[in-house]
Amino acid sequence: MSLTGLLSQLLEIVIAIALAPLMTGWVNQWRAWLQNRSAPSLLQPYRLLHKLFNKESVIADNASQLFRAAPYVVFGCMTLACAIIPTLSTDLPLAPAADAVALVGLFALARVFISLAAMDIGTAFGTMGARREMLIGFLAEPALLMVLFSASLISKSTSLTTIVETLAHREFVIYPGLALAGVAFTMVSLAENARVPVDNPTTHLELTMIHEALILEYSGRHLALLEWAASLKLFAYSCIGLALFFPWGVAEAHAPLAMLLALPALVFKLAVGGCLLAVLETISAKMRIFRVPEFLATAFLLAVIGLLVHLLLAH
Amino acid sequence: MNTLLAQFVNLLGAVLLMLAFAMISQRRILSLIYLFTMQGATLVLSTAVVGYVTHQPHLYLSAAVTFVLKVLLIPYLLHRVIDRLGIRWDVETLIKIPTTMLIGIGVVIFSFNLAKPIAQLSSALASGTLGIALACVLLSFLMMITRAKAVPQVIGFLAMENGLFFAATSATYGMPMVVELGIALDVLIGVLILGVFMFQIREQFDSLDIRHLEKLKED
Repeated sequence: MSLTGLLSQLLEIVIAIALAPLMTGWVNQWRAWLQNRSAPSLLQPYRLLHKLFNKESVIADNASQLFRAAPYVVFGCMTLACAIIPTLSTDLPLAPAADAVALVGLFALARVFISLAAMDIGTAFGTMGARREMLIGFLAEPALLMVLFSASLISKSTSLTTIVETLAHREFVIYPGLALAGVAFTMVSLAENARVPVDNPTTHLELTMIHEALILEYSGRHLALLEWAASLKLFAYSCIGLALFFPWGVAEAHAPLAMLLALPALVFKLAVGGCLLAVLETISAKMRIFRVPEFLATAFLLAVIGLLVHLLLAH
Repeated sequence: MNTLLAQFVNLLGAVLLMLAFAMISQRRILSLIYLFTMQGATLVLSTAVVGYVTHQPHLYLSAAVTFVLKVLLIPYLLHRVIDRLGIRWDVETLIKIPTTMLIGIGVVIFSFNLAKPIAQLSSALASGTLGIALACVLLSFLMMITRAKAVPQVIGFLAMENGLFFAATSATYGMPMVVELGIALDVLIGVLILGVFMFQIREQFDSLDIRHLEKLKED
């Protein structure tokens, strides 16, 4: 483990934790503009976090230890996920800890904990939200795995750093299979991050909410951690998308100076991605919960076709 | 440069396949027409690129014909037909859409395997796309089979012709001009006739469900 590796790893974690609420604020701002509303400040998520951290955390009498622990576990999972996705440099000491498959497992671990915590109190909404979350999760995970496998087939490795190195720093080649995987990935990340066609992140309408139903019982610092974790999840998914489909600009190992350039590139890519997300959310209507399996099945099948197209054209 | 353009043709093939798949999973007639228009535009682009790489000016002409016909004229006609018929409702399907998509995956695997030995014999620019084109044709065929209403069937028919056209340009650098013009005219006339036909079906049965046509049989 080299010093520059350690430095880039630390920088990446700090940047992920610091920038994730900004990204959420940016998307919300664009959404408001596109929908002809006056936009909240870009710093609104930070203010929300500040407010929540200063508030008292109220916990139900019958809550178990799991309920208290879940926000920390979820936040930890998301931070680790952000740490192993190469956003600034491919020289990451933590990256060998988890490849693409383990990354999906990490998201699943967070999902299981938040669902268990939601069921822990025993309210109807929490249970409903947990069941819906698990429904979406079990449909989205295979699709996400297939997308990651499409990229793994190209680089012959499931390690994310190797994938980025192969795609960004070798001869430029157009991979038609990745185009299909890209569409599939967009659909999966919309579903996983509780975005509009599947769930509305700002809704508090009882019958439609999924993510909000899960965290309904939380308050104070626990809620703040969960909100922060949600921002981190959006950030992590955006970074996976960038790493797989637009990896240019990520610094190579042994090139610490390139990281100076990698940071503006990352911010620029995330800003453009945030705009596109807001546009997607504005032009699509929320679908019924019973249509979600169909939506995610389409994503899975597109990812499979991406794999097949790659195999067809590879020889 | 040429290898990059060949890969670009492959990419357009993948887009074509994706659009064919999107058509299968789409319920609304209006979105089907938009998807068909996008398929036409992809086809125009791929034909022009193949023409540029292989220095065959006649492919530009066929790209232009495709543009006028499949991006402008036929979508316009289809829009007019669904406006006149007042059908912008959900498409009714015979088989459920997830089932259709699973069958679609099977069709894709089948056609990829079928085309692989043929593609190895060909030395054309983007011979790998033959399998994609075949998959597009079969998927559109599947769409024609699984739809009960007349308009989606017509769109399926047109999408099938798109797949054939793509196979012709990518695998054999286009058909002779006479054949191409003949097919273009056929497609146009076909759409006009089918348009009239749809009005007739509705006048007879007050519905565009072609199952009603079975009543015409004599027992």
